[in-house]
Amino acid sequence: MPNSTSSADAPVASPADREIMIQATEITKSFGATRVLEGVSLTLRKGEVVAIIGPSGSGKSTFLRCLNHLETIDGGSISIEGEALATAVPGSASRYAPDADVRRICRKMGMVFQSFNLFPHMTVLENIIEAPMTVKRQPRSVAVPKAEALLAKVGLQAKRDSYPSRLSGGQKQRVAIARALAMEPDIMLFDEPTSALDPELTVEVLRTMRQLAEEHMTMLVVTHEMGFAREVAHRVIFMDQGRIVETAGSEEFFSAPQHARTRAFLGQML
Amino acid sequence: MDYVLSLIGPMAEGAKVTLSLFCITLLLSVPLGLVLALARISRWPLLAAAVNGYIWLMRGTPLMLQLLFVYFALPFVPVIGVRLPDFPSAVVAFALNYAAYFAEIFRAGIQSVERGQYEGSKVLGLTYLQTMRRIVLPQMVRRVLPPMSNETITLVKDTSLIYVLALNDILRTARGIVQRDFTTTPFLVAAVFYLLMTLVLTWFFQRMEKRYAKFDE
Repeated sequence: MPNSTSSADAPVASPADREIMIQATEITKSFGATRVLEGVSLTLRKGEVVAIIGPSGSGKSTFLRCLNHLETIDGGSISIEGEALATAVPGSASRYAPDADVRRICRKMGMVFQSFNLFPHMTVLENIIEAPMTVKRQPRSVAVPKAEALLAKVGLQAKRDSYPSRLSGGQKQRVAIARALAMEPDIMLFDEPTSALDPELTVEVLRTMRQLAEEHMTMLVVTHEMGFAREVAHRVIFMDQGRIVETAGSEEFFSAPQHARTRAFLGQML
Repeated sequence: MDYVLSLIGPMAEGAKVTLSLFCITLLLSVPLGLVLALARISRWPLLAAAVNGYIWLMRGTPLMLQLLFVYFALPFVPVIGVRLPDFPSAVVAFALNYAAYFAEIFRAGIQSVERGQYEGSKVLGLTYLQTMRRIVLPQMVRRVLPPMSNETITLVKDTSLIYVLALNDILRTARGIVQRDFTTTPFLVAAVFYLLMTLVLTWFFQRMEKRYAKFDE
């Protein structure tokens, strides 16, 4: 095989000394009486692309949403780039940092949703410059050229002044990616970014994500796209019933899954 | 015809009263309604319950009763008791009453904005106030336009209730002339005045709806 060396010279093949971007330890979370996360831990290092896969209801989206405070955790701790977002408190609920700190820490992470969540009353450009102008107080003259560069990057310059309702799903998701990038996050979280898309539109979104990965963006991607997980992710985490069942480098994960449940799941998916 | 033209002068005087009450009521009750709506969906249960009670009181009693209360009974209420002249009394009663209705319209509008809009705002770092001002309220405006149109048209006609405080609005002026001249023509002229006002309102709201429809599906 000519590219058998690809994993050897990949920049994150030996990342153990890289800066830790996300450290989540023993996260637990219940919705009412239902336990959705039963002690999930993750270490995400700079430049790593990690895919989280698993059946629906496995808690993978909830876990992702806990990391940027869209959900609050019951137990465990989360720190982002060394700063504590939530600290474990023995015998009671995890303690969060003060609101202003939570907001500041979470701003290090951009997020892309399954349902896009673009602002329908704003044009594509306005969607992208909204947070830089409102949150970062960037003047329009700074925010607009940046937004235009991002639009060029996702291949949507022509849609600059369109409203989201005029875009296809794939275009909406690329705008959503550009909007998240406009805040210059260190980490990008993707929550099933292609699950709401037709297969032919999935391709263009995955292409944009692949491009981001090639630029060494730190990425955590909850996905059903096994091809993407295999080819783009450095590491794959398989979750089931609120637990991490197996985690391994993506080549190894797909070629030699260790756990019976992983094998059963992959058997269904592939 | 000359007779009808001769009515226009005094009726226009009445229309001034009607229009000032209408405008001042709107200027006060729309912002107050918005504050009430935000309070009703707030995280503080006591505040939400208090606003709930207020809305129940205001929608549950006749506006006419509220008018009479503010003018005749309010001066005798301990602590907040104050004697207001007739027109300010009407303004207070109308603004408080309409704010309750607007609050419910705004609440429904705010709650119709999907949760994803809040989440999208939050992950971009917007605060709650920024999310409301920049993301939620602009979307709410479009959705509340049809019920707002209804409510403001009702307000135009409700202003005629102020005859109980002997204020000479369009309708009371017309009635005065009817009794003086023994002809019902002034009623027709009054009807035309109201129709013209609601026509302008209807036109205004249609334009607004068109303006806000441009980003629609």
